[in-house]
Amino acid sequence: MTPVQIYLPIAELPVNVLLIFVMGLAVGFISGMFGIGGGFLMTPLLIFVGIAPAVAVASVTTHIAASSFTGAITYWRRRALDPALALMLLIGGILGTSAGVWLFSLLRAIGQLDLTIGLSYLVLLGTVGSLMVAESARAIIRARQGKPAEIRRGGSHTWIHGLPFKLRFKQSKIYVSTIPVWGIGFFIGFIGAVMGIGGGFLLVPMLIYLLRVPTSIVIGTSMMLTLVTMALATVMHAATNHLVDVVLALILMVGGVTGAQFGARAGQKIRSEQLRLLLGLLVLAVGLRFAFGLVVRPDELFTLRPVEGVT
Amino acid sequence: MTRPHLSISAVLLALAVSVVPAGAEQLVTSLSNYRVSIASNFAGAELVLFGTVDRDAATVARRGGYDIVVTVIGPRQTVVTWRKERVLAIWVNAESRTFVNAPTYLAVLASRPVETIASPELQRRLQVGLNNILLPQDIAGDVADVVRDDPFRMAFVRLRGEQGLYLERTNAVTFLTPTLFRTAIPLPADAPIGSYEVDVKLFADGVMIARERSAFELYKVGFEQLVANAARHHGFVYGLGTAGLALLVGWLASVVFRRD
Repeated sequence: MTPVQIYLPIAELPVNVLLIFVMGLAVGFISGMFGIGGGFLMTPLLIFVGIAPAVAVASVTTHIAASSFTGAITYWRRRALDPALALMLLIGGILGTSAGVWLFSLLRAIGQLDLTIGLSYLVLLGTVGSLMVAESARAIIRARQGKPAEIRRGGSHTWIHGLPFKLRFKQSKIYVSTIPVWGIGFFIGFIGAVMGIGGGFLLVPMLIYLLRVPTSIVIGTSMMLTLVTMALATVMHAATNHLVDVVLALILMVGGVTGAQFGARAGQKIRSEQLRLLLGLLVLAVGLRFAFGLVVRPDELFTLRPVEGVT
Repeated sequence: MTRPHLSISAVLLALAVSVVPAGAEQLVTSLSNYRVSIASNFAGAELVLFGTVDRDAATVARRGGYDIVVTVIGPRQTVVTWRKERVLAIWVNAESRTFVNAPTYLAVLASRPVETIASPELQRRLQVGLNNILLPQDIAGDVADVVRDDPFRMAFVRLRGEQGLYLERTNAVTFLTPTLFRTAIPLPADAPIGSYEVDVKLFADGVMIARERSAFELYKVGFEQLVANAARHHGFVYGLGTAGLALLVGWLASVVFRRD
């Protein structure tokens, strides 16, 4: 069978449609299974098949906007999200996304974008992956020994609850300062724009552990935030850096949303701590792949980076 | 894309009717295609260049025969070349050179190795061969070319070569008769769009005796061009459209796969 080649107008190279579609399906499957956007897998995969990191990051934001919209609609129907909390997170998220796109353009201009993307992936995925593996391994051992799962003390207070400007979020049943909410929103929007990830795998634990948002509300709320920050990142990357490849994004989206449906079904059949262990291992593996790329002497020491515009 | 037979006969017809003044050789060339379009299935192209050396009774005999050097220069772009160095166990882009308005595509096609066609001095002056084409760098505000074995220049030419964008072929021009020649210009799939200059030089006995320049255009058609133009010139609207598309796909998926 002849491979179906299509020319990507912005990435300016021909790619195999089937390969990109299958990548979208696979990442969609994983994202549906774990309830995450999957940007942290999609962006590296695109980079590994030869798409410029900048184009990969910018185009994946579009892909995540689509998949998180599907998710958000589902959770909205079940009323399993907190619009007020999402709105507050968004205020930080919009600022964070703008700052992220600005830094992205700056790093590109001084030739350090690829390094920053690599290092950020390494640090973030390495840390989060290790934490997840350790936590889920402990949970599995505890379950084997027949001990009950660790019960989180509801209503326990940390220093975060001592901050001013408190607001009551009815749906989430929390009474918390807006400062950490804005801070979290800013952080997620910022790294999302720089790294091409939705940040769901970071946002969910942050909302649970730092703000004590009930688990039933967390995923829907996180998807709502991801939807807006990623849609915004798409518009801003397109307007400032001209790097969003709509053809690439469309193939990814169609594969991604389809794969997600099957992944969600598969995910329901696996125990949650095993699911977390698998996700942790996956996150760690991607982080290590980046470490490998940074530490090992590259075959080619030179790289070319065109300065905007062909004359 | 190209229909060689048609174009060959067109060239031969053109050559037959051309009227040449008496005396020195005249160079007449024709390309198989002056407008190359890139559609979504573009996987590279090859243009054929035909040419003839016109002589008449007054033209002196050339014992050494003729040599042809064809130089094709694509649209120009400023490119930064980075070199990685090890800093604290990781490899980072440490040093860079800026190549100002360097050709994005550069092909040197000759009938013989360029060293045997012209003297080193003449090669440099006429910019014959990849090593002799000027690639000016921005050196602390000054724009100048550097020595040929500068590591950045060598890396730049090598990387472009690996992409199929820079090439030098010294047996690529074939003489079909002592005066009729042909060559093929290979364009890779990621050849940039824009105008390509074709510079044909005729040498005999170590000197250039005629030169002809022409150009062809590589352009995107249909959907590709629409997308590329929109992204570059109407970035904000393009971004809104793309984000809207994402929402549409997301919504469609939620309708199609709805289970409750």
